[in-house]
Amino acid sequence: MHKNVTSTKENARAIDLTKCHAILSKYNQATPADLIPILQQMQDAYGYLPQSALEEITARTRIPLSKIYGVITFYSQFSLEPRGKHTIKVCTGTACHIKGAPDIKKKITEVLRIHEGETTQDYKFTYDPVACLGTCFLAPVMMIDDRYYGKLTVEKTETILKSY
Amino acid sequence: MEKLKHPDDLQKFRKSLESKHRPDMVRIFICTTGCRALGAEEVCKAFKSEIEKQSLKDKVEIVDTGCQGLCARAPVLTIEPMGIFYGRVTETDVPEIISRTILKGEVIERLCYTEAGKKTPYIRDIPFYGKQKKIVLRNCGAINPKSIHEYILRDGYSAISKALSGMTPDDVVNEIKNSGLRGRGGAGFPTGNKWEFVKKAAGDVKYLVCNGDEGDPGAFMDRAVLEGDPHSVIEGMLVGAYAIGSKKGIVYVRAEYPIAVEHLNIAIQQAKALGILGENILGTTFSFDLEIKMGAGAFVCGEETALIASIEGKRGMPRPRPPFPATSGLWGKPTNINNVETFANVPIIILKGSEFYKAIGTGTSKGTKIFALAGNVKNTGLVEVPMGTTLREIVFDIGGGIPGRKKFKAAQMGGPSGGCVPAQHLDLPIDYETVKEVGAIMGSGGLIVMDDSTSMVDIARYFMEFCQDESCGKCVPCRIGTKRMLDILTRITKGQGKKEDIGLLKELAEVTKSASLCGLGQTAANPVLSTIRYYLNEYEELINKKDSQTSPQESQTTQT
Repeated sequence: MHKNVTSTKENARAIDLTKCHAILSKYNQATPADLIPILQQMQDAYGYLPQSALEEITARTRIPLSKIYGVITFYSQFSLEPRGKHTIKVCTGTACHIKGAPDIKKKITEVLRIHEGETTQDYKFTYDPVACLGTCFLAPVMMIDDRYYGKLTVEKTETILKSY
Repeated sequence: MEKLKHPDDLQKFRKSLESKHRPDMVRIFICTTGCRALGAEEVCKAFKSEIEKQSLKDKVEIVDTGCQGLCARAPVLTIEPMGIFYGRVTETDVPEIISRTILKGEVIERLCYTEAGKKTPYIRDIPFYGKQKKIVLRNCGAINPKSIHEYILRDGYSAISKALSGMTPDDVVNEIKNSGLRGRGGAGFPTGNKWEFVKKAAGDVKYLVCNGDEGDPGAFMDRAVLEGDPHSVIEGMLVGAYAIGSKKGIVYVRAEYPIAVEHLNIAIQQAKALGILGENILGTTFSFDLEIKMGAGAFVCGEETALIASIEGKRGMPRPRPPFPATSGLWGKPTNINNVETFANVPIIILKGSEFYKAIGTGTSKGTKIFALAGNVKNTGLVEVPMGTTLREIVFDIGGGIPGRKKFKAAQMGGPSGGCVPAQHLDLPIDYETVKEVGAIMGSGGLIVMDDSTSMVDIARYFMEFCQDESCGKCVPCRIGTKRMLDILTRITKGQGKKEDIGLLKELAEVTKSASLCGLGQTAANPVLSTIRYYLNEYEELINKKDSQTSPQESQTTQT
């Protein structure tokens, strides 16, 4: 885990909370139901969920930090660690599976030396797990940020990764 | 935009839109949702700039649409009124399409649908479309989903207007009950009955939830409906809300579907601006507001009690039923939850009547079903067929069969809760009951075709890995059962299986099935059981092969 995340003090110094406060200002009368939308916006703003931002959420919503952690760790969308510049999602849906997705995944791990859920040391890529991208006609398919790469082969995958 | 103040105003508004409609225009319908992944937006831009350049604005109109179905040929477009269908269109094709097809009426052969070397330029001649019956998808691919006007032009919001002007909530419930509509999320519970329970439940505050947490790997029906015709879902919800007496609705959409969320947001804003959503809808006393909640990546949230927990901002874990959401759901209030496709069926039933709807389908399953056809099949895409259509018709007539020289082996239906339907059942008319009899489930509509190169044990392992990963961990049978089954399946696929493994798998499967808390665990073993039922030999081969592989000397000695 990244050092700055584990240490609250360092983290508070490192993180600019302006965006966090802007998000929270929309929730003057926050209810428990607002928690997930707030976390989603925080993650959009920071790329992950910094501890100092979570403490702000607790202060504002009165939802205990332990409950917030419970929610964060339940949903695969949320990350407590800083993420890479680019996000890779390899579809592991059924159609992709039978058309060679396991080989594509192996190749990514081989080239980037990371597994699903991990970030490269240079923070260039985060390799996110995803169940299905719902674009079966592109199988096997991966997404890097908002861009789809369909009908992948092992060779194509390597070329694409190196183009970033 | 001025608000409509009476149900009759809608028809007047539609007539005024009709008078502005130009039937002489050539319209190019381009899918910019699913096809976006292969450059549809660039094609769209190229068309718009070419039209500008050639000053054709009065003659040609570009319509950005939702999914047109034939995803295998993406990016696709349809040119009306000629009825020409082109696939795999790139930006560089655009000037030629304008100069040859639009201006001279010529067909560009290389862009046409091709099967067995035969080029088919007209959409009416393409078997993929010919065998379908588009009821739910009637607007999908035919209108701009970001335009409420186009929806209204195709009788949109006429169903809610009809319900509000001449039907009581009981009439609506009875109409839906009589239609035989069953839940399209997979379980097939009669929708009208569900509505009746919630309607009769005590309490003033009732919620209506649309389940758009389409999580089955290999399923993209709801995504297509939300992206391509969001107003039909909103209208279905309006009718439902009127029937059960709800003022507040929530659409729960998967976070992985950004286009669906975008289109739904636009649709909600437009409907509000016209007075079709919000306070005093169409000038009546009926009020209904709609909000979108985005999922955060958890498959189990497709289960209704887990979905409710997620909306409430909690970990999305299911709870035991009863109480059912119909009596105690969101915030403890009576809650009605239906799937996206179920809601999209509602307007047509109200508008054309339950008798019209009932005439389609089989004895127990009425209407149509949308399938996401994928895997080892030529025409990957979105298809809508009447209930009772055979698997053969879907895979071979519509789907165009298996690519290469491979043979059909099985169709996986119902995703991780379903099973594999083997070749001997190709002529089975598909409905809720028949599919169940052969060991699969209708499910939400994912239909993955597998050719003879697919290992069925690997497929069983694949789905078990999925379920094990997505198990929320609340109940022991699911948490441990899926884990142990995955261990065994992994062992078998690695060639380390034991003779007793099949018996052990069956035993674990039964326990997990009968003792799990929610649908995830109760159905997690289905892919295992169905593959053992039809492909036991593959399991045995892998287990026996291991015997000969790991101890070749031993097997040699026994042979001699």
